Amino acid sequence: MVQKLDMLKETPSQTAGPYVHIGLTPNWCGIDGVYPEDLGRVMVGPQAEGERITVTGRVLDGSGTPLKDALIEIWQADAAGLHNSPVERRGAADPHFSGWGRQPTDGVTGEFRFETIKPGRVPYKDGRLQAPHITFWIVARGINIGLHTRMYFADEEAANAECPVLARVEHKVRVPTLIAPRSEGKDGVAYTFDIRLQGEKETVFFDV
Amino acid sequence: MADKDTNAIRDMGSFYQRDRAWHPPAFTPQYKTSVLRSPQHALLSMEGTVSEMTGPRFGHGQLGPLDNDLIHNFSRDGEPIGQRIIVHGRILDENGRPVPGALLEFWQANAGGRYRHKREAYLAPLDPNFGGCGRTITDDDGRYWFRTIRPGAYPWPNGVNDWRPAHIHFSIFGHAFTQRLITQMYFEGDPMIWQCPIVSTIPDRAAAEQLIAALDRNNTLPMDALAYKFDIVLRGRRSTLFENRMEGN
Ligand SMILES: [Fe+3]
Repeated sequence: MVQKLDMLKETPSQTAGPYVHIGLTPNWCGIDGVYPEDLGRVMVGPQAEGERITVTGRVLDGSGTPLKDALIEIWQADAAGLHNSPVERRGAADPHFSGWGRQPTDGVTGEFRFETIKPGRVPYKDGRLQAPHITFWIVARGINIGLHTRMYFADEEAANAECPVLARVEHKVRVPTLIAPRSEGKDGVAYTFDIRLQGEKETVFFDV
Repeated sequence: MADKDTNAIRDMGSFYQRDRAWHPPAFTPQYKTSVLRSPQHALLSMEGTVSEMTGPRFGHGQLGPLDNDLIHNFSRDGEPIGQRIIVHGRILDENGRPVPGALLEFWQANAGGRYRHKREAYLAPLDPNFGGCGRTITDDDGRYWFRTIRPGAYPWPNGVNDWRPAHIHFSIFGHAFTQRLITQMYFEGDPMIWQCPIVSTIPDRAAAEQLIAALDRNNTLPMDALAYKFDIVLRGRRSTLFENRMEGN
């Protein structure tokens, strides 16, 4: 017998189920008075640096139907490319921007909506810069383990073309599933990011 | 710890790759909803970058005094019906080190198996004094605890006669977004665990057993509450040689 490695096994995932909102956005689902506000609802303070943007989209199942019971979290760098996290070692991030947001998909339309800022670029492990991106994490009934993906910005063509992470997508035809088109209207700058769980345009999901 | 040199990122220990065979796969037809909600392509494997190796951190100041007390945090005119229990344990990483400052959020049905949710269709009654959500942050040793009532089993539309064993849902934030985890806790001795299509999405029985909290008689409150112990393991990091010191975990 060889010696044991003494590693613990990660606790296995289970689906968040249909009632994930009770735990994670209780005010949104009508459980008032337990928490003053749902965590992750507001990401951007009035003094935050950077371009204000709105990110909306839907999570579509294999039949093209939007999920109306999903919960999405996003995590991103600030306008200077720094994360508001104690393990960020490159410098202090903007204290007026949390970098983390949590929103349910709408119970009628299936749409999610984040008010955030456009992130700066952050380095890859070899020091090359990644293109600006927002990390997405999706949980819902029927999803056994949370899905990680990334949203990139359509107006960052040059940065996207040299992003070392996008370069890892083997089938280039799938890269557009990660890129959100930009629009500018009376409500400001908006990006639309639909996430497809299955089908011809299935979004690229990451094992990070 | 601030280090302006972007090359320092290379020296932050990356996380051990997730053992996907230990977790449930995406496509599990016995759990019917997964069929149309499971990606079909292989995941894109990638060593985490600073985007995933960082994560939000939550402070004790963000929590209220009753947040870890589901017996009292929604109370209207008394206490909820049900068996009073304490759930406690530690959050560790795969290296066996405690994870302090981890945010745990939990949610559950009431003692009759009914959730406080507008989509809930089970005919068991709501409990006017039970909301069903709570949260806490681990201490310096990675320990947490909360007080609640034991949730009931409930039927759900999958097969015509599928029931969920009693369970509490858990959401956990470690120190990195890549450690993000949602899971469920089951109760020692419940025969319904092994008949549940959601438990059985986990291929390895030993992995499913990791979700069963042990009845902990030593930590019960006499004449008050039974205790269950539920430890949770998050992903661990590699040690890296950084300026001739091992660091990163
Ligand atoms: Fe449940």
